[in-house]
Amino acid sequence: MKKIRKSKRDQQESFFGWLMCSPVLLLLLVFVILPLVLGSYWSMTNKRLISPLPTEYVGLDNYKRVLSLKVILIQPQLDAAGQFETNETGQVLYPRVRDVIRSNSEYHSFRPYKEFDIFGHHYGLIAKDPEFYTSLVNTTLYVVIIVPLILVISLLLAVLVNQKIFGISFFRTVYFIPSITMISVTSVVWIFLFNPSVGLINLILRTVSFGYLGSSQWLQSTDTALFSIILYTIWQASGLFMVIFLGGLQDILQDIYEAAQIDGANPFQTLIHITIPKLRNTIIYVVITSSILGFRLFTQVDVMTKGGPQNSTLTLILHIVNEGFRNQKIGYASAISIVFFLFVLALTFIQRSLMKSESEME
Amino acid sequence: MQKTVFFFSKDINRVARIKKTIWLILDYLVLLLMASFFLFPFWVMVVSSFKPEKALFDDLKSILWAFLLRHFTLDNYLYVFNRVPFLTYLKNTLVIVILTIFLGLFFNSMIAYSLARLRWKGKKLIIGSIIALIIVPFETIAIPLLVIVNKLPWFNGSMSWLDSLHVQIIPFMADAFTIFLFYQAFIQIPKEFNEAAIIDGANPWDIYSRIIVPLARSTFVAVAIIQLIFLWSAYLWPLMATRTEPYRPLTLGVTYLYHMDIHWGPIFAFATLSNLPSVLLFIIFQKGFLRSLASGGVK
Repeated sequence: MKKIRKSKRDQQESFFGWLMCSPVLLLLLVFVILPLVLGSYWSMTNKRLISPLPTEYVGLDNYKRVLSLKVILIQPQLDAAGQFETNETGQVLYPRVRDVIRSNSEYHSFRPYKEFDIFGHHYGLIAKDPEFYTSLVNTTLYVVIIVPLILVISLLLAVLVNQKIFGISFFRTVYFIPSITMISVTSVVWIFLFNPSVGLINLILRTVSFGYLGSSQWLQSTDTALFSIILYTIWQASGLFMVIFLGGLQDILQDIYEAAQIDGANPFQTLIHITIPKLRNTIIYVVITSSILGFRLFTQVDVMTKGGPQNSTLTLILHIVNEGFRNQKIGYASAISIVFFLFVLALTFIQRSLMKSESEME
Repeated sequence: MQKTVFFFSKDINRVARIKKTIWLILDYLVLLLMASFFLFPFWVMVVSSFKPEKALFDDLKSILWAFLLRHFTLDNYLYVFNRVPFLTYLKNTLVIVILTIFLGLFFNSMIAYSLARLRWKGKKLIIGSIIALIIVPFETIAIPLLVIVNKLPWFNGSMSWLDSLHVQIIPFMADAFTIFLFYQAFIQIPKEFNEAAIIDGANPWDIYSRIIVPLARSTFVAVAIIQLIFLWSAYLWPLMATRTEPYRPLTLGVTYLYHMDIHWGPIFAFATLSNLPSVLLFIIFQKGFLRSLASGGVK
């Protein structure tokens, strides 16, 4: 009797189990798994969004095109006498990489990416999709710079607003507000602030430094555009990470701080010797989250620079959107998407293993 | 030893007090400096939204007037309401965000309940797959998803989901990370809570709706806030999936205004208006907002 009732309940649980899962399973299947599977397949075809020609299977051609990179030695230009040609200052002249590629059928469909000198030789880096490498380098540079900055600034903010002093909830609110605004909207506001001639940032810098600073071109120069995006993102995102640190800080027991105070530790010593070691897990979480968000950089760049000037702010996602959506090359963009995914995956695994080995050390 | 010195020497006591005061002054200086960095773009945005176009640029010659308002006009706001479909954008954003959050809370908590508290065959595989899906960034699937939704039929006879509101809602209702947060919260609720209910003959749906959901209220709030922050700013997908203004959210409206013909006054009015709902919501519910974010995000 008892057995029958139990199996009846099992049946009921099984029925409800599947029933309550089914809406989400269906949604995930259609809107996440199907795109993943189709994207992986399309990455091996020449599919376009609208095309009169049928889609063809091309194997790994798209991936080869994404990743192909070659170093070529560039010989100096020779003059009529067979000597190295030089300019007025005595520098050796080299032919343009574009011409070297054109003169050699082996480099067919390659385009110049970068030139560099090493050990007295002149080299050219050529790629089938130089924009991919440009975007990869830009995105990596962005992540490498912004992650430590976000970490330090948001931790500092969290320690500041974790004090019990007058007016602290006002400051907490002010620091967090940029995080709940629309990125595209505040990006447009910052375009105005960054304007080299009438923008407020240059005006403030000129006033503060008595005219010494404040002539930067910000978004309009290849040297400073990526840095400007970083500055904006720090303004926009620090508050969110501050709140995450605040959660970590509030889990630390107060008596440790009281003991430190009795021992005469100043706030900096307390920060270095108590707060940071206690926050290890939160720090790792913030590093992982901010670097993944960094690799996904898109909105502010699309609004503020569209990747320019001269591709100096082109990011991986922007490249995917340009190829897949704006140029409608679905197959090729799917291949870049998969490569992008593998980068994010590798990053996650590296950081997960770091997290593990550090916790084992304790 | 140190304690006795601390109590009996007046001089050391005074030095300590001066030291403390200096730290406090430094403290407020840093706080104010940081506050001005985070606040000045908003200040400029709001003040400039009330300036006539000419005054806006004249005022930029002096750092003082750039931050102050001496000529007041509402023209910029009238421009936003009359020349731009601002109310359509606002309605679209609100419909998309509210429906996605509420339907998402319902469906995701339901599957999390099923995975965390019911016994049935095959659920281990599903838990594993969902955890694996957390790592997949949306950008990886954006392009293939665009092709898929382009071929989906809808009830009104349309053969494509592009250029609609539901294309911005339905694909984002199920979310692996949200399921994971609910799963973790539900698994911590002691089993005793539903055993009494089972004896009373309650079925799993009753237990979910009457016991689990009320007990995990704080998780629902945390999930809603995290979702709100990301959905409110959504830009990439609306950019790809909509083609005409009647279906676009505020995040695209601002670029429409920017590319139409750059008039900074109306842009600032648009920016002020579109940031108002989320900022007000945050200021009203500040305490709960920050607490649930801090506890929900990490653990």
